Amino acid sequence: MSDLLEVDNLRISARNDDDELTPIVKGVSFTVGRGEVVALIGESGSGKTTIALSSLGYTKPGLEFTGGEVRLEGEDVISMDSDQLRGLRGHRVAYLAQSAAATFNPALTIGEQVTETCVLHGILTQEEADARAETLYRALELPDPDKLGKRYPHQVSGGQLQRLMAATALCGKPDLLVLDEPTTALDVTTQIEVLKAFKSVIKQEGAAAIYVTHDLSVVAQIADHIVVLYAGEIQEYDTAEQVVEKPSHDYTRRLMHAVRPPPAAGQGDETTGEHRREAPALEVKDLLAGYGRIQSGLPAIPVLRDVNVAIERGHSVGIIGESGCGKSTLARVMAGLLPAAEGQVLLDGEELKPALEQRKREELQKIQFVFQMADTALNPRQRIDNILGRPLEFYLGLKGNEKRRRIGELLDMVELPQEFAGRYPEELSGGQKQRINLARALAASPEVLLCDEVISALDSIVGANVIELLKRLRKQTGVSFVFISHDLSTVASFADEIVVLYAGRVVEKGVTDKVLSPPYHPYTRLLISSVPELRVGWLEETMQTQEAQAGIDRVVTLKDKGCPFFDRCPVAIEDTCDQETPPVRTLAGNHAIECHRSEAEFAH
Amino acid sequence: MSEPSQETSASTQFDELPTAPPKRKIRLSWPGKIGVSVLIFWAIIVVIGPTIAPYHEADILDEELFIVPGSDEMYPDTDFQPPSSIVLLGSDYLGRDTLSRILFGARTTIGISLLATLLAYLIGVTLGIAAAVGSKFLDMCLSRVNDALLSIPSIMFALVLIAALNSPGIFWLILIAGFIYAASVFRIARSLGQEVMVSDFVEAAKVRGEGLWWIITREVLPNIAMPLATDFGLRFVWVILFISSLSFLGLGVQPPMSDWGSMVKENLSGLVYGSVAPLMPALAIATLTISVNMIVDDISAATGGKLAKRMIS
Amino acid sequence: MLWRAILGRFGISLVTLWVVSILIFIGTNLLPGDVAQIILGQTATPESTAALRAKLGLDKHPIEQYWVWLQNVMMGDLGISKAGLGAGLGTPIVEMLGPRVDNTLRLTLIVGAVAIPISLFLGLIAAMHPGTRLDRSITFATLNLISVPDFLVATALVLIFAVSLGWLPSIVYLRGDETGWVLLKTLAMPILTLVILVSSQIIRMTRATVLNVMSSPYIEMAILKGVPRRRIILRHALFNAVGPIVNVIALNLAWLVGGVVVVEQIFSYPGLAKLMIEAVQMRDMPLVQACAMIFCATYIVLIFIADIASILSNPRLRHPK
Ligand SMILES: Nc1ncnc2c1ncn2[C@@H]1O[C@H](COP(=O)(O)OP(=O)(O)OP(=O)(O)O)[C@@H](O)[C@H]1O
Ligand code: SF4
Ligand SMILES: [Mg+2]
Repeated sequence: MSDLLEVDNLRISARNDDDELTPIVKGVSFTVGRGEVVALIGESGSGKTTIALSSLGYTKPGLEFTGGEVRLEGEDVISMDSDQLRGLRGHRVAYLAQSAAATFNPALTIGEQVTETCVLHGILTQEEADARAETLYRALELPDPDKLGKRYPHQVSGGQLQRLMAATALCGKPDLLVLDEPTTALDVTTQIEVLKAFKSVIKQEGAAAIYVTHDLSVVAQIADHIVVLYAGEIQEYDTAEQVVEKPSHDYTRRLMHAVRPPPAAGQGDETTGEHRREAPALEVKDLLAGYGRIQSGLPAIPVLRDVNVAIERGHSVGIIGESGCGKSTLARVMAGLLPAAEGQVLLDGEELKPALEQRKREELQKIQFVFQMADTALNPRQRIDNILGRPLEFYLGLKGNEKRRRIGELLDMVELPQEFAGRYPEELSGGQKQRINLARALAASPEVLLCDEVISALDSIVGANVIELLKRLRKQTGVSFVFISHDLSTVASFADEIVVLYAGRVVEKGVTDKVLSPPYHPYTRLLISSVPELRVGWLEETMQTQEAQAGIDRVVTLKDKGCPFFDRCPVAIEDTCDQETPPVRTLAGNHAIECHRSEAEFAH
Repeated sequence: MSEPSQETSASTQFDELPTAPPKRKIRLSWPGKIGVSVLIFWAIIVVIGPTIAPYHEADILDEELFIVPGSDEMYPDTDFQPPSSIVLLGSDYLGRDTLSRILFGARTTIGISLLATLLAYLIGVTLGIAAAVGSKFLDMCLSRVNDALLSIPSIMFALVLIAALNSPGIFWLILIAGFIYAASVFRIARSLGQEVMVSDFVEAAKVRGEGLWWIITREVLPNIAMPLATDFGLRFVWVILFISSLSFLGLGVQPPMSDWGSMVKENLSGLVYGSVAPLMPALAIATLTISVNMIVDDISAATGGKLAKRMIS
Repeated sequence: MLWRAILGRFGISLVTLWVVSILIFIGTNLLPGDVAQIILGQTATPESTAALRAKLGLDKHPIEQYWVWLQNVMMGDLGISKAGLGAGLGTPIVEMLGPRVDNTLRLTLIVGAVAIPISLFLGLIAAMHPGTRLDRSITFATLNLISVPDFLVATALVLIFAVSLGWLPSIVYLRGDETGWVLLKTLAMPILTLVILVSSQIIRMTRATVLNVMSSPYIEMAILKGVPRRRIILRHALFNAVGPIVNVIALNLAWLVGGVVVVEQIFSYPGLAKLMIEAVQMRDMPLVQACAMIFCATYIVLIFIADIASILSNPRLRHPK
């Protein structure tokens, strides 16, 4: 029996303004059998999405097919005319885009968009389609399945939209699903839920799927076969077990290597010596901060509450929490970009003025901020030597030759060639820009480096290299780090202390080993169990655990009283947790957990 | 159906894929190229126009010039003459050479418009950046006043001011045009400035402790220069049209001075005889404004979102 | 939420109108010397000026004058014009405005009725076939038309239709009793000019709006869902483009407010704008004030409509969480 989809020596090129063709996909062949999930994996620019879209006979504007065939049940889709393609799309092959928020039409109801295809293709009547949509909503564990169809896209959350996207694709009972990075934009705790829903629905409907992603651990959970791509060419193509457990190709091994091991005790960098002075390098005490006008001591949008964090000299403190929990806000308060409403920021034990303008130049020099997006953090109109030279001049008064020499040293430090001094940021790749971004912060000879999601915009291999660089720099310079990330594995591999933020409160903090081993705060436990592991079968195991049952998609709000995690906590105590602010329990070894449950109860 | 792993060239280097797009050069389409030539042409005319003009702008041509050899008519008409070898673009209502007047008038029209646009930019950019980098309160005050100014159609505003000032001279005309157009420049400069002010690299400069002046001159201005230059072109076109309209209404440049707009007005009566005298200066304005717009169109196509050429198959 | 947004815009429009009235009042009182002097001109004696001044309330403080003026304007009393002053005290402006407002309104309404359908059609056609020869000619032609001065279009049309072909009169003589075909023929030239000018703007902006919507990810998604082209345009794209397009139309009708000035002048059309030019030339300040207020108020109303259109087309405001 022939396979459902055969991609045969596919070639796709981009046509530029001069009518020249640049190959994007260079002769790719693979097959997808019925009911089988094939993953396309590679870094950005490797041509994953382009290949996936070809199974719908579609290329993005500016690209064109230049060779090969894509056969669906023996029929070439590339040579189909537009009527045939219309019959194919949404009916036999359905597409799930990366960002559901952008791909739902804001002006139409969800129900109309979900059922549109199958009604148009005459598969179902409107009533049947509505009923099927409702079944799908239930299968995908969406709230309010009977009324969901009447809502508009902006009325549901991002994770829900992503699942609704799946409902749209599945409504027409397609033979083949094309999923383009469907969980990349989501938080870990949401991602696991969406993955679970996808996996079970794909099984249930018996559809085949092409799953595009850059994340190997996700692939391991869902794929039968894996195609590893680099620059439009296949590097490795084999069964999932084979690729994950015995990768045969160099590039795959490098990808695997870049995947950080799941967070567990014993990973963090060992603390550098015990030369502890009385005062930590940087400390925040009883912080209350937020946005908007401050009225009677409370900002209009409060974000952080009762936050106490100390960064010892030479230590690196990881700050972790899901999107919107206030990680960046905390860093901005430390840097002075956002004056706190209440509380103190202490540098070397001395209180800093809340606002930037009031701080002294030496104080500013000691705390340097590395921004999340290197793309936007470097002025596109300044050359690299000016970008690096300015802090040297500004803080250290270096000029002329001395400045030039120091710029050279800095480029060395971040492993970039000297010629880069004469370039502009747009002539560098993402990873290189991030290195310049780091070098600029180091130029000031700081004591504390605030790194806000420095690798989350980078591809895994590039990001792993930057982490290696950071570790080396830390040893070399003895600078203290505040390392912010939403990715627990990254933090675990770098920080020697971890602070877990949830809805603006510190729910747990301590040495990495302590935080990552029981007893856990219930939220930390959920976080840890949500990080996908690079092994087949992890998803199924995890879904059995109690943590995974904890609800997602609840709006996280900062509350005046009670525990912020109450809505989602599997071990919440009714009438206590929602009423009283949980006490901070200090356990052995400077490990603190904010919870009503006692240490003994954390054990399970 | 397990296939053997594919062999690929072992020599592949797994470099960081360069994410940086190659620098885009502005490429002029052919209307754009023509636009540039026309613009250069008028720039030269502004300099040498009066010297190459066949007559002086105020010369009322002698009747003798128009006597057709062999004809017995001693006193031919000199006004509203069609183009001929004597008057290449015809003559106007007083019998003056249209070509010479256009060559002389280039200086007035282009000069006034350019000065007014520059003034608008001086006021608009200064205040716009002040609003973008300054305090919330300053921004609010400036923006409210600006909104009110923008909700008066510019020609109405000019009419009110001209009525109040009682047929003002060129100096006031430039001032009025500059002031009125400063409002729209303000809006653009402010929003461009605000966009840059919230960017991470300005934040980085702030955390470094840089002063306001450094931020404005090194971070903000270099990044808004290009879009502002494009906007300058468009604004220049609007000002030319605006000043010409005022002159055309008899409320702009006053006799004995003349510019292209007032030339259209004074010759309007020739229209019913089919004279091209009112058309020629209007066409001169059009060549200038169309050229600028063509160039601006090319630039914005190269820098900003080129709209998807291909859509539904 | 929706009503809050609309009420908010309404409030802002009112405030703007008020600020504009102040600006106009200041503008018309810029120069030393006042209306009394201007009105009396050469014949002014100190006594007669003082008398007229008292009569017009000019001896009061400027702020008080402004209040009196504002109150009168709101009561529908626009003041007294210099025109026909010889005998006594000039003509009440309201009387002068009546027929002129009618004429201008008639002109702009016809222009709107003709221009809007034509330009929507051409704009949509261009947007549906981007990059084709048709699209390129439409964009090229409209770019040229918006670049040239209004009076060039007008003079060129006169040369073609009035002088060469002799089909239409080059100047508008309105006796007031024309109807039907005759009226249309009389008004044809100014209408044609304005339609060409307004349409070019609307065509360009409609095209840009629709193209912008068409290049959004949800349209690509609709293509990938196999939705037929007609439905993509009519249901997915147009639904999102309606708001911006209404916005475009209102803004361009607002532009008409300024555009009529030149056109009425060229064709000697007895409309409000021409009255205002005459008033400016004669320095009839109360009349200038009155005309400017009417134009600005119309403009602000149209901008208000444009804002409402974009508010109404925003599903986030129509269906709050
Ligand atoms: N300028 C602002 N004005 C108002 N609210 C803001 C502002 N910036 C952030 N917020 C809100 O403050 C909260 C915390 O934001 P913050 O950027 O600190 O989160 P984060 O943990 O860094 O998230 P992410 O992982 O997405 O970067 C969010 O609810 C956000 O919407
Ligand atoms: S305080 Fe209560 S709700 Fe909060 S984490 Fe502890 S047990 Fe759960
Ligand atoms: Mg952040």
